[in-house]
Amino acid sequence: MPRPRPLSARLRALLTLPAFALLCGCDMVVLNPAGDVARQQGDLVIVSTLLMLLIIVPVMALVVLFAWRYRESNKEATYSPDWDHSTSLELVIWSAPLLIIICLGAITWVSTHLLDPYRPLSRTGPNQPVAANVKPLEVQVVALDWKWLFIYPEQGIATVNEMAAPVGRPIRFRISASSVMNSFYIPALAGQIYAMPAMETPMNAVFDKTGVFQGLSANYSGHGFSKMRFKAHSLDQAGFDAWVAEAKKAGGNLDRAGYLQLERPSEGEPVRRFAGVEAGLFDRVVNMCVQQGKMCMHQMMMLDAQGGTGKAGLHNVHHSEDKTSATGTHMHGGKSFVGELCADQQDVAVGAKPQTARPVKQATLTGAGLKQPSAKPTPIAPSVASETRPRPFS
Amino acid sequence: MSTTTIPAADEPVRFYDFDEHPHPEGYSTMLGFWIYLMSDCLIFAILFACYAVLGGNFAGGPGPKDLFDLPLVALNTAMLLFSSITYGFAMLGMAKGNKTQVLIWLAITLVFGGCFLGIELYEFSELIHEGAGPWRSAFLSSFFTLVGTHGLHVTFGSIWLITLMVQVSRFGLTAANQRRLACLSLFWHFLDVIWIGVFTFVYLMGMLR
Amino acid sequence: MIPQPAPVSPILGKLSLDALPLHEPIVVATFCGVAIGGIGLVAALTYFKLWGYLWKNWFTSVDHKKIGIMYMILGLVMFLRGFADALMMRLQQALAFNGSEGYLNAHHFDQVFTAHGVIMIFFVAMPFVTGLMNYIVPLQIGARDVSFPFLNNFSFWMTTGGAVLVMASLFVGEFAQTGWLAYPPLSGILYSPGVGVDYYLWALQVAGVGTTLSGINLIVTILKLRAPGMSLMKMPVFTWTSLCTNVLIVASFPVLTAALALLGLDRYAHTNFFTNDFGGSAMMYVNLIWIWGHPEVYILILPLFGVFSEVTSTFSGKKLFGYSSMVYATIVITILSYLVWLHHFFTMGSGASVNSFFGITTMVISIPTGAKIFNWLFTMYRGRIRFELPMMWTIAFMLTFAIGGMTGVMLAIPPADFVLHNSLFLIAHFHNVIIGGVLFGLFAAINFWWPKAFGFKLNEFWGKVSFWCWVPGFWLAFLPLYIMGLMGVTRRMRVFDDPSLQIFFVVAALGAALIAAGIGAMLVQFAVSIWKREELKDVTGDPWGGRTLEWATSSPPPEYNFAFTPVIHDLDAWYDMKSRGCERPLTGFKDIHMPSNTGAGVILAGISTLIGFALIWHIWWLVGVSFVALIGGAIFHTFNYNRDFDIPAETVAETEAARTRQLAGA
Repeated sequence: MPRPRPLSARLRALLTLPAFALLCGCDMVVLNPAGDVARQQGDLVIVSTLLMLLIIVPVMALVVLFAWRYRESNKEATYSPDWDHSTSLELVIWSAPLLIIICLGAITWVSTHLLDPYRPLSRTGPNQPVAANVKPLEVQVVALDWKWLFIYPEQGIATVNEMAAPVGRPIRFRISASSVMNSFYIPALAGQIYAMPAMETPMNAVFDKTGVFQGLSANYSGHGFSKMRFKAHSLDQAGFDAWVAEAKKAGGNLDRAGYLQLERPSEGEPVRRFAGVEAGLFDRVVNMCVQQGKMCMHQMMMLDAQGGTGKAGLHNVHHSEDKTSATGTHMHGGKSFVGELCADQQDVAVGAKPQTARPVKQATLTGAGLKQPSAKPTPIAPSVASETRPRPFS
Repeated sequence: MSTTTIPAADEPVRFYDFDEHPHPEGYSTMLGFWIYLMSDCLIFAILFACYAVLGGNFAGGPGPKDLFDLPLVALNTAMLLFSSITYGFAMLGMAKGNKTQVLIWLAITLVFGGCFLGIELYEFSELIHEGAGPWRSAFLSSFFTLVGTHGLHVTFGSIWLITLMVQVSRFGLTAANQRRLACLSLFWHFLDVIWIGVFTFVYLMGMLR
Repeated sequence: MIPQPAPVSPILGKLSLDALPLHEPIVVATFCGVAIGGIGLVAALTYFKLWGYLWKNWFTSVDHKKIGIMYMILGLVMFLRGFADALMMRLQQALAFNGSEGYLNAHHFDQVFTAHGVIMIFFVAMPFVTGLMNYIVPLQIGARDVSFPFLNNFSFWMTTGGAVLVMASLFVGEFAQTGWLAYPPLSGILYSPGVGVDYYLWALQVAGVGTTLSGINLIVTILKLRAPGMSLMKMPVFTWTSLCTNVLIVASFPVLTAALALLGLDRYAHTNFFTNDFGGSAMMYVNLIWIWGHPEVYILILPLFGVFSEVTSTFSGKKLFGYSSMVYATIVITILSYLVWLHHFFTMGSGASVNSFFGITTMVISIPTGAKIFNWLFTMYRGRIRFELPMMWTIAFMLTFAIGGMTGVMLAIPPADFVLHNSLFLIAHFHNVIIGGVLFGLFAAINFWWPKAFGFKLNEFWGKVSFWCWVPGFWLAFLPLYIMGLMGVTRRMRVFDDPSLQIFFVVAALGAALIAAGIGAMLVQFAVSIWKREELKDVTGDPWGGRTLEWATSSPPPEYNFAFTPVIHDLDAWYDMKSRGCERPLTGFKDIHMPSNTGAGVILAGISTLIGFALIWHIWWLVGVSFVALIGGAIFHTFNYNRDFDIPAETVAETEAARTRQLAGA
């Protein structure tokens, strides 16, 4: 649904940018981004500021005015020491903020839904609806200690600490993390969303300008966090193809073993490219089963939904002595994990897209006393899946 | 703040109370203790909430049906409920000013409380022995923590009860001791109420899942 | 990269010489400074034979006024530590450009920002606020003391015990490197195997006990010990906001206790509440911690709203405008503060409807808050405003807080939060409300009530120097952060690669330096005022033309606060007494029943702190021994049935006669 360019956008151009630019002569990327989503988010910052200034400015002016006018030395000002109530005034001071908040609340409700990162894009810019046949570029993002891994399933490549996308094509990020919580943030593109282990958070975005932009983790994740930065390239189609070709040329294949090497903590990693990626790697990352012999989350959740595996399951805990690995649970000196039960069940949907849309870690939200999800997840069509995926705390 | 003296129209307004009315000892204690119990209740609320959220995460291990021994828990529940009744008899004894009766009933309460703790420890040790310790899954973590926190409260309640038995036997049913008995009574019944929640929510509903 | 767990000895646990941060020159230098200062202090106290005096009259005191003052001193000491951390961060961020790593390594920097947050919230703002309520509330309601005087002393020492643990982490081992809320999985044993997070956990648990108990104590005090005639709607506004704050404390700190206990179990007992594997959910922790965390910000600000009400009304020489709407606004804020916690993590990926709900509830809070600002505004309207220091801080607050409130509402709009979350804009926002609201309010309160506590006013010149350093210093330090937030710069960064940002950090550092000058001026203000206390003396007990009961007694108030319990007829009780010509009674004194001092609080809190230390370092035998000692000590204390004494009528008569002479001399 294309929306007319909001009034605020024009206001921003007219009023705010010059004011801020004068103030600091700097690049306010949040207010002047290179992506349609971030642009609308920036507009909201402006609109809400202006709306609130409607009340803030008079209040501040009155504070100064009253402070001056009713100073002790001004004997001409009226002094009424026992005046402490006025119903009509009370009405005004409660209703004025209320009115502003009603306006802001309406804006909040609408914009939160329209700009929900889970929502597939309906436009790439003002009056530029997304055509029905346009397939978003899927980029799988993994926050590692302390670098970013980008997997391009369509192109079959992967990169570390660098991402690129063609300008004007909707991008669908699928974001997860290997060990601790991060936040995936390209200020020029579309805001941020947390990257969490064993969780998948999607984000839909689009570049509307070419250029090179800063990307980073916005959520502190440990000692190497400051250097968890990458460049996000917004390229034209030819440029993007060249970028993909460069990765293809780099050779190398990112398989499960390679990933386990890559996820070990390191700081300030240079850009790396892989010409190929093992199928289903991202789903194994999300399901925490890249490691050989470890049970995938989705299988575990399915078993849990069926009531667990009984006391036999007590013996299905394995220990590894690999103390430097980034994943696993610390127990009795080593790392423990639940073993996989059956290799063919275990295989996460290699090549079968619909299954990847299965809820990750649904059971966290459905403990005793709440309704259980059906034990057997029904396969859902990919297009529907994006909208129906259960979310944390939805 | 108990009484507001409204002066008659012709009387001068009184700005000070010229009589000294010290608050009776323990004037605020019951209210304070009640508020403390509510804050404690919140801790249990959080533990229940954790169990509600994580209680289905068996991590590919056993669930409640595989682990819980309902007859044992029923026995355990009976112990705690009886201990509440016997504490009530102790309070009745206190109301009559019968020190011996209070002490006897407190001792019986202590025995029931001890049985409860013993059965709970037995249950825990059996589970841990089987390998179903709190580390095995989020379900077991939240189970052990919720039930264990309750058990810890009963333990402290029992220590308190012993202390009070000594104090009552040495100093008699003084005002201070009566107040303390009343506080412990609140505490003990409160733990009973929490246990009814645990029994229903964790054990019974766990078996139904 | 992941550090290996240290070997555990049966006697010293994980503690060994390696735990001393001898490789950190900054820490070693700090330690030397603290050690020299500490030895000097101990020597001076010994030389002047002050230990007995301190022990008998202060440490073991159950007098709410003395405990209040001790809380304020604790807050001040910790404030200097927390601010030193802030200066270190500002310096590091101003330096770490163009490939420079600055002067702090990640291990140190990450501790610094964590400690800054933890100390400023738990050991600066909380003691200040608790101390203020402790001192003022019983006086304002005409009570002799709080409901549970011993518990009050114990609470104070528990808070101090927590502070001691945080300070110990500076020199023995390390502090957490997780950010002030210690989100798992980062704070789990797997990714933080050191003792830092354990210091964090036990410091907050020990202090948390104190905070919860003092909350219960003050609620009961306000509900049960008000002077005759003081109905709820005749309570001073500060007492009202204190009541709401303590309700918030009692209804939110248990959540913190539970959340930290679960994190502790994950670390000590290998449970799986917040782990990645075995079914844990770190999102649980984030929710729990903010269910406590959001009410916490209102715990901090509400009492200061009360302070501003008292100050505005007093210095405008007017009744407070809209008292009842002020009270209702406070109650509404109290309730709503539980319905907004999710706005701290819109970006965790909740649904749009959930996010909107919490965004809108957050905005709704700005309605009662806005109404309060208007009420202060119309209290000034048609007043006779005296620009003494408390009033200056209040005006600065109103102007600063309005901006902070506005940026807060911006952050409450989820899509805007998606670009501003975790950015320096957020940092600027919450410092804007915490400094502009809580700290400015505390400064107003300190200047306002200092004469009540000590019998002399604070020096005005140095107070104004401090004011004029603080207010512009604040804006200089945080305006660049607002701007950088809009430039997409995020928090907790140790190094930067965009050289154009450096100038902003340099300006912010200058602002911090100006604030440092303001703090210095404030310390000078205290020193000069104590030095020249005879010149600044106030014998009336009512230097500002006060309106509430605390100004009815002498400054400093006698041990028993009021020789006769006041009877309340009007909202501004003391103003009412003054205007109706109430005479101070001079005869007919009676014995006054008061609680006795006890050392049990210090001892029990000391043992609790020791348990915390032993747990941090896994010294299990010490945990066992001190735990038994704690239980034994507590039981032993219950065998003491004689906890009160009577101040004889003659002593009261003497004290009051001295005041009569003083008043006549004035």
